[in-house]
Amino acid sequence: MNRASYTAARLLQIVPTFILIGIVVFVLVRILPGGPVAALLGDKASDEAIERITRQLGLDAPILVQFWRFLETIARGDLGDSIAYHVAVVRLIAERLPVTLLLTGMATIFAIALAVPLAFVAAVTQNRWPDLAIRGAFQVGLSSPIFYVGLILLTVFAGAMHIFPVGGYGETPGEHLYHLFLPALALALSFSAVIMRSLRASVIEVLSAEFVDFARAKGLRRRIVLGRHVLRNALISTVALIGLQIGDLLGGAVITESVFAVPGVGRLMVDSIFARDYPVIQGLTLALAVLVSLVFLATDLVQMALDPRVAK
Amino acid sequence: MTAIALSHVRAWRIPAPLLAGVLILCGMLVAALVPGAIAPYDPIAFDYAALLQPPSLAHPFGTDNFGRDVLSRTIFATGVDLQIAFFATIAPLVVGTLVGLFIGFYGGLADAIFAQVVNLVMTFPFLVIVIAIVAVLGPGLENMYVAVSIVGWVFYARLTRAEVHVQRQSDYVAAARVLGYARSRILFRHILPNTLRPILVFWMTDMSLKILLGSSLGYLGLGAQPPTAEWGVLIADGKAYFPAGWWMAVFPGGVIVLCGIGFSLTGDGLADLLDVKR
Repeated sequence: MNRASYTAARLLQIVPTFILIGIVVFVLVRILPGGPVAALLGDKASDEAIERITRQLGLDAPILVQFWRFLETIARGDLGDSIAYHVAVVRLIAERLPVTLLLTGMATIFAIALAVPLAFVAAVTQNRWPDLAIRGAFQVGLSSPIFYVGLILLTVFAGAMHIFPVGGYGETPGEHLYHLFLPALALALSFSAVIMRSLRASVIEVLSAEFVDFARAKGLRRRIVLGRHVLRNALISTVALIGLQIGDLLGGAVITESVFAVPGVGRLMVDSIFARDYPVIQGLTLALAVLVSLVFLATDLVQMALDPRVAK
Repeated sequence: MTAIALSHVRAWRIPAPLLAGVLILCGMLVAALVPGAIAPYDPIAFDYAALLQPPSLAHPFGTDNFGRDVLSRTIFATGVDLQIAFFATIAPLVVGTLVGLFIGFYGGLADAIFAQVVNLVMTFPFLVIVIAIVAVLGPGLENMYVAVSIVGWVFYARLTRAEVHVQRQSDYVAAARVLGYARSRILFRHILPNTLRPILVFWMTDMSLKILLGSSLGYLGLGAQPPTAEWGVLIADGKAYFPAGWWMAVFPGGVIVLCGIGFSLTGDGLADLLDVKR
């Protein structure tokens, strides 16, 4: 398979994925206790009201017809209206999503900045004290709940030292970066541990590859061998890993945003659960799954560009 | 199981990290089974003479806003969190392993469908789909177990399926086939015991992840409901008194980290001991 046909095949795969995501969300709303009507009207609704709303929402139609209509409205970009905010769910998500994307983007940069150099040091000092110390520290990071890390960062840097704000998002782009610094750091910690583990293992693997021996035998200096040959090859698998972690990162953002009162989609999700705002929960679940599948698609294409063997 | 495990033990000496991990988990287990025997105070007894006391010899973890001993509350919460680790993973473990076993052995259409299921589950952020299901079913521990199990079996099935594919190629399965053993006998008596080692190692990691998840949901108010003393709930209680009453949140959180390290050390140690590649 060449690159063009790999790209085309991968792009086509997204269609059944979207339909399957649609089915899951469709089913999710219909397993509500009492169905969506009860969720909308509450427990004390009269029989006539239930019947009227059932007809209004088209829930008396056959299930396949309902599903078709559901797909149609989504395709039009309509996710219904929020019960709590009385605005279109699409508008709510459009307002909040950039905040979450900025947060996860900053967290990714922090995680890479933390993990790559330390993974390298750990790999070249394999099983000696720098390696053991780095792995130990990341093990603690991996075992720490995000909300706990967040609370500690808040206490030390916002509460005691007053270097950062205790939460919120600010008004200007500069303030956004400033307000999201601590949340992104909290989110980055466990993510960087995952990257570090994987990158360390692949650096160790690449170090024992034949082409590295060859480069050394040619008389290339150690630093050039490490930078040009080892790091580049080890990073390919790391790119895939970072892409695959987007789901966990978004999940972590839900918690981080709640701890730091960041007005993103994660906080919106938690608030909507307590407000029993089902259209928002449904819309967010759908939007985040679509976002993740698009990131997977992008990861596959980037990986193909970096490593032509992927397309084979 | 024991015979298989022992055949992979390289030396009789137990490595120090594994020993440390097992000791941590044993301590947690004792705290979970007989909390009353080691907790110095009644975890729910109010003491208005000792509100929000910082850590001292009498109260090593301090006291909370009702004068309750934080150490005793943390010890009593251990049982809840270890239950989360067990009940959030046991159904996925059993169902996923069986499904993976059949799909890996028989393949065909079921395998193709399973590949789609895996892709689909991967596109939903785990925490997001779990809270979406909890939102539908209502907050609480039982509903959290249901939500986690609906999604979690896929990871065990995927791991088992891959392992069965490896085992299916091996000489001992070919020998069992030549001997004319029934497929079910080969599957359950020969292949299953050999796929259990990676499953066991993954289970350790999964339990620590589920404690993190359970305490996160408890913190958000979607998991264990107060007055149940769960580590995440304790931290959420303490958040209101941060930073002046830092001990209310810092110590239960430290115990979560310790528990996670216990599971990781045990899992890594078992992986080395049983020769499991991760």
